Amino acid sequence: MCIVEPRCAALLLLSLWLPLCAASGAAPAVPPHLGRPASPELIATWNLSVYPDGRGLPPGLGTAARGRSIYRDRCAKCHGADGEGGSGGNLVGRGALQDGDPDQTVGNYWPYATTLFDYIRRAMPMDAPATLSNDEIYAVSAYLLYLNQIVGLDDRLDAETLPRIRMPNRDGFIGIDADLPRATH
Amino acid sequence: MRRAKVPREQLATQELAPVAGGGLLDRRIFLRRSLALSGLGLVAAGPANTARADAPVDDLSRPAWMKAPGQPFSNYGQPSPQERNVARWISANRAVAGNGVSWTPLHDLEGAITPSGLHFERHHNGVPQIPIDRHRLLIHGQVQRALTFSVSDLARYPLRSQILFIECGGNSNAGWHQLAQQTRAGFLHGLVSCSEWTGVPLSLLLDEAGLDPSASWLIAEGADAAAIQVSLPLSKAVKDCFVALYQNGEHLRPENGYPLRLVVPGWEGVLNIKWLRRLEIAREPVMARNETARYTELQPSGKARMFTFVMDAKSVITSPSPGHELKDTGIYEVRGLAWSGRGRIRAVDVSADGGASWAPAQLQEPVLPMAFTRFRIPWQWSGARAILKSRATDETGYMQPERAALIAERGRHGYFHYNAIVSWEVDEDGEISHVYR
Repeated sequence: MCIVEPRCAALLLLSLWLPLCAASGAAPAVPPHLGRPASPELIATWNLSVYPDGRGLPPGLGTAARGRSIYRDRCAKCHGADGEGGSGGNLVGRGALQDGDPDQTVGNYWPYATTLFDYIRRAMPMDAPATLSNDEIYAVSAYLLYLNQIVGLDDRLDAETLPRIRMPNRDGFIGIDADLPRATH
Repeated sequence: MRRAKVPREQLATQELAPVAGGGLLDRRIFLRRSLALSGLGLVAAGPANTARADAPVDDLSRPAWMKAPGQPFSNYGQPSPQERNVARWISANRAVAGNGVSWTPLHDLEGAITPSGLHFERHHNGVPQIPIDRHRLLIHGQVQRALTFSVSDLARYPLRSQILFIECGGNSNAGWHQLAQQTRAGFLHGLVSCSEWTGVPLSLLLDEAGLDPSASWLIAEGADAAAIQVSLPLSKAVKDCFVALYQNGEHLRPENGYPLRLVVPGWEGVLNIKWLRRLEIAREPVMARNETARYTELQPSGKARMFTFVMDAKSVITSPSPGHELKDTGIYEVRGLAWSGRGRIRAVDVSADGGASWAPAQLQEPVLPMAFTRFRIPWQWSGARAILKSRATDETGYMQPERAALIAERGRHGYFHYNAIVSWEVDEDGEISHVYR
């Protein structure tokens, strides 16, 4: 049994309630504080975010030459033999975005190469997500960049080199309801 | 459908005088005259939906369903089997059945709340079946304490309920096409629905984790096969977002995020992350595929709009609308929905002459911020060709634009955030089609 001196209890409650009342203008909300500490291992395993500056990229290495066969086996079914699209999106093309009805591809639209790694790791291939190794993801990313004439066939992509790639449409966006992030490279 | 048989002189002609072209009547007429109108034998407020013909009632004896006991109780009620055609329309990837959308049949619904089973869906790779006891929400990143919460933990927190629309950024995108697409109103504009959502204010959970002053973004991620992830400004998260556990009084449906969904009032649907599993507090947006390559809007200049979070004011007439048929001249009620991500709907104007003249519709109370507002106005159809339009204005003064104005500003290749005025043409046979006029 814990006995709290009434005046102290009142002060404690006030200190809890006042900020919440002021913020919401609603009835005071007294949260039970049930969050449990998350271990670094859990965070490292769950966190799939890859940022434009490369934060979040894992160790590993790939080239377009290696990615070609992975693409053929795992990606071409939906995205076409040469990335031209099918049931999945068109991934290849450098056409001008001012044209009548331009295809929006990795080559002419995506602003960051890091997004390729992030997205493939979390979501691709759609029929079996999370089955490519990090090396395979670097390799497929390299192959898509190669098809778009952004890297060479044997350029090595890893956590250091991928964030250094400047995509052709890097400056192609306007922030509407929030500012765009500051330039990272 | 009966015609008015009462001598014309008994009609209060002044009150039935049109308030705008094409036969629009004063929005208050049904309120003032509902009894009198029904006494006159007018078809007041008759639904335009005539998909089913009424059967003649020749046999005046007690019907069979009054001469035998009815069905027993049910554990979970279902709509009448006669309403089985009131259904979501599915449009999915031919190679991956769980990638696509299903549309709310707005043209078959009334009121402001969408039945949970008809709430629109946009899934990027199917609906995960998540054991509720194994689900955890992780909050980490720029916080003093990284925390996990079970669903039963969250159920003990102070809860808040709010009636809110959620609209996919890609809703109504057929409007960008050169030719007006012909389908039901809900299958053009039904990637929007409105529910009462109940959950834990996100600010409580963020306070518990302790925000680093340098943090300004929130990365939210779902536990689906796409691990879908988006960034949103932390200021919005703290202001009014919540982690929903309930929709329309019951636990979330699996297709709406069971067991947890981030609700972001008034903002683009994709931010309302379903199956919420991870919240990362960050200094910058992550620049995910679904905020760079998609959910951005290419403009004629070649530049694309990014972080278009707020859903601008919009309205659509749900009845009468394509697929409905007016079988007779006379009085109908024009009905529709309006909503705005910037707050309350202030007014909805309706035109029956293609926008040459407008009259204010009645707004059904309560008019709530960032929720569906039902509007209604009586209309006397003469049998002549007519073009019906609705135009919403929200509390900020923003007015829904005409299609030509929207396209002049944004071009036709933005794909997302189409919110122009919608036009339905009623022809002399009472058939209704979608037009650009």
